[in-house]
Amino acid sequence: MEGYRQAVWREPVILELGLEGRGGFKIPELEREIVDSVGEFKLPESVSRREPPGLPSLSEVEVVRHFTRLSQMSYGVDLGPVPLGSCTMKYNPKIALKYAFDDRLSSLHPLQDQDTVQGLLELLYRLEQWLKAITGMDYCSVHPAAGAQGELAGALIIRKYHELRGNLGVKREIIVPDSAHGTNPATGSMAGFKVVEVPTGEDGNIDIEALKAAVGEETAGFMITNPSTLGLFEERILDVVEIIHGVDGLVYYDGANLNGIMGRARPGDAGVDILHLNLHKTFSAPHGGGGPGAGPVCVKDRVVTGSVRLRDLVPGFRIVYEESTGKYRLEGPGQHSVGLLRAWIGNVSQLVWAYVYIAVMGAKGLRESGEISVLNTNYFLAKVKRETTMYTVPYGGDRFRKHEAVVSAEKLRDETGVTAEDVAKGLLDSGFYAPTIYFPLIVKEALMVEFTESETKESIDAYVNRLKAIEEIALKDPGEPKKWPLNTSVGRIDYVKANHPKTVTPTWRVKVLRDKGLLGPLR
Amino acid sequence: MGHPWIPNSVESVRREMLEVIGVGSVDDLYSDIPESLRLKPEEWDKLPIGFGRILSEPEIARHMEELFSKIESYRSPAPFMGGGVWPHHVPEAVKYVVSRGEFLTAYTPYQAEISQGLMQALFEYQSLVAELLEMEVVNGSMYDWSSALGEALLMAIRVNGRRKFLVPETMNPRHRRVAETYTWPHDGRLVSVKVDRRTGLLDLNDLESKVDGETAAVYIEYPAYTGVIEENAALIGDIAHRKGAIYIMGVEPISMAILKPPGSLGADIAVGEGQPLGLGLNYGGPCLGILAVKWDGELVKQMPGRIIGLTSTVDGVERAFAMILQTREQHIRRAKATSNITTNEALMAAAAAVYLSLLGRNGLVELAKHIWYKSHYAAKRLSSIEGIEAPLLEGEFIMDFTLRLPLEAERFRSFLKSRKIMAGIPLGGLAWFTSRDLLLTVTEVHSRNDIDRLVEVTGEAVRGV
Repeated sequence: MEGYRQAVWREPVILELGLEGRGGFKIPELEREIVDSVGEFKLPESVSRREPPGLPSLSEVEVVRHFTRLSQMSYGVDLGPVPLGSCTMKYNPKIALKYAFDDRLSSLHPLQDQDTVQGLLELLYRLEQWLKAITGMDYCSVHPAAGAQGELAGALIIRKYHELRGNLGVKREIIVPDSAHGTNPATGSMAGFKVVEVPTGEDGNIDIEALKAAVGEETAGFMITNPSTLGLFEERILDVVEIIHGVDGLVYYDGANLNGIMGRARPGDAGVDILHLNLHKTFSAPHGGGGPGAGPVCVKDRVVTGSVRLRDLVPGFRIVYEESTGKYRLEGPGQHSVGLLRAWIGNVSQLVWAYVYIAVMGAKGLRESGEISVLNTNYFLAKVKRETTMYTVPYGGDRFRKHEAVVSAEKLRDETGVTAEDVAKGLLDSGFYAPTIYFPLIVKEALMVEFTESETKESIDAYVNRLKAIEEIALKDPGEPKKWPLNTSVGRIDYVKANHPKTVTPTWRVKVLRDKGLLGPLR
Repeated sequence: MGHPWIPNSVESVRREMLEVIGVGSVDDLYSDIPESLRLKPEEWDKLPIGFGRILSEPEIARHMEELFSKIESYRSPAPFMGGGVWPHHVPEAVKYVVSRGEFLTAYTPYQAEISQGLMQALFEYQSLVAELLEMEVVNGSMYDWSSALGEALLMAIRVNGRRKFLVPETMNPRHRRVAETYTWPHDGRLVSVKVDRRTGLLDLNDLESKVDGETAAVYIEYPAYTGVIEENAALIGDIAHRKGAIYIMGVEPISMAILKPPGSLGADIAVGEGQPLGLGLNYGGPCLGILAVKWDGELVKQMPGRIIGLTSTVDGVERAFAMILQTREQHIRRAKATSNITTNEALMAAAAAVYLSLLGRNGLVELAKHIWYKSHYAAKRLSSIEGIEAPLLEGEFIMDFTLRLPLEAERFRSFLKSRKIMAGIPLGGLAWFTSRDLLLTVTEVHSRNDIDRLVEVTGEAVRGV
């Protein structure tokens, strides 16, 4: 995108703005009768705040301008491609926005009578049924608030499974591939397991011999992302599942990359026991600058012990449909459930968003989404291979990718000193968002690109052209890219200052206290 | 015609792209999936997903209207219900800002230079909450109060290596359930401290007898689930600290405008629910988990979640914002991260920043007082009905209060519902509350008429016994 310039507002921090006496929201007047009836306002001395909180005083005009200006120094899918690998930044349809943000929804209290929310329970129930069909699983719950919480749900189910079978003393380990998202090992630890990593082979598949060596009696479970973060389908998935099941381990599937197989294969058919989905990735709910998400968890109908089945372990509330009455109702977590992960049913507005998306698409539309996302990835990769010289494709270089592709700028760095980060900044300068960089960790100078089905061929062509232009500039004048970005609202950022104990500033309060000499270094 | 959301679904484009790739059909791109797993398009298309075909916008709109017609939202009056999320007016300016595509459709600000506005908004959220709580470090958000509490308890374990948590016996039962889920894999144990049945305040003798060298943290709600304001909040902190335990306070943010903030009461960690700050109820989600700590490196090092910091550009010329202290997080530290949290509630944090900016220092105080008055008015009027004890607990309260009815709380609720009023959360099963006890909530969305109507219908319900 030639001529891109992001707004530069040099907008003060909101706490620097305003004027005593102004206000941006008029509180309804308190009726005289209420004041007369209650009498004087008073609180116990020990808890009465002496000074009002240090918030600014601004009119509505100033507040709206301030945040609109800030929005102009931000970038989302509505502005252009955000091909962040493993993030599945699809277009967020506006018809879904209408219902997800509907006042009729936002005024519902979670404890109001279930009779009064039948339409919503019906929607959520149907969403769970659709997710079952999409994944090939037997039971889904929309409870988890985000992907990582869905993962936590899964890892806790694994823990409960072994506890109920009396094996928790032995089953201490969770295995994850070294290409996994950081959340997988972090989740394993959070669920109280020791995490063991297994390497990836040259072909991009899990090193099966290493896996066999790592697996043993202590293996509680295995977390797999398929397609992997390299965008490659794990060709030996069935062997992997068999190996893990062979030691009574459970296989957990991280659904972050589901778009890469949607419409063509289902994790449930491969024998995985538990999975989570990211509705804010695969099913078009927006990312909101980092959240909210929604991370439903699904399980197979597998026996745990006696009459207890895996579905009984799932956290959250169960939506039950009673055919005799035609009514839906919620049941609290049962006696074997791992419990609750958040106070209420789920991130409802995100769930409504995904419902609208799936309802519109149907099976056929979802398949087409998956297919075009894969087409876009391989088209991009073919163009990069053909038209550039400095970007290489490690791991299974001749294999087709699925939802994303990882190219390495290692050669570019070695020959010119220009790094993946520099390339990313060069992309920003032409009005594109950058890829995910330096991930997966197993690829040096990684650029992880995921266009999704939302991108036009023209955008992909322009992206490749820009990559090509960057390598040409790097070869000619390797100092130039170090100055990028130039067209964004600010240039490169000082992370040393940002993180140093003497200068780290997580809030305005810290700056003010430090400036007054009232705050020492963070120790 | 191509699909409106899939630009490359046009046949000619598809063919051209396949040619560049050098394959004959899309099928070829899936050839590495084992044959036994591969679904034929016609098999997939028959799966029960959606409504059997692609819908147009008018069709989905009709369908959604039909579903929404089976929802009864209570707006006049709004539900007299809190319990962790509360009905409040959401200013249109808040809705406007968070609907802007630059925020709504952005990802986590991994590329700082092009995401300064988003990061500034999140920094401002952290900063405004820091002022409200008088605590120095606030993270970019957790999922909700309960999960923030769960993570705060895990922080305590990591800081002092202990496993016992003292919590009030009347604490929000859903929060307790979540805290138990989070601490279960780490052998955490929640132990109830008695709460005085007359005042609703924590029993300090019972606390003293239970706090010991095994105690990782003491937790109180402020205001409590029952609406009671814990007058001894500072003393409780002293008791916790004397045994080396961490003091965690759980807060409702609007009442912080008039209550002494946790930072001045000795809290090491504060958690809370940001939903009142312009989020709406949404049947319980999304919420906004507040997590804050005082200026203590040991605590900050153990914090979960993203934090945005103020810094400058490399040339030192301009102010800039960046994600900071990331070595705590999963994408760097993997199995040794402080938490697995990644996606948080960023957009909701931005909403809260707009809300707090609109209300400002005076507006928020006025709102908190307004709510204090209205909830007291409701309690007073209800107490004039024979057979009703309101508030049941004598401790000072705001927004939420308890009452004891002369009839079963569930029956009372049904009666009110038949009169188009949704009111109260039954308290039976929690600590020593009975099945005739109810938690009632009154905020600024309830007009005097609404409250008078509630009182009138309550009178009818009671007289009908």
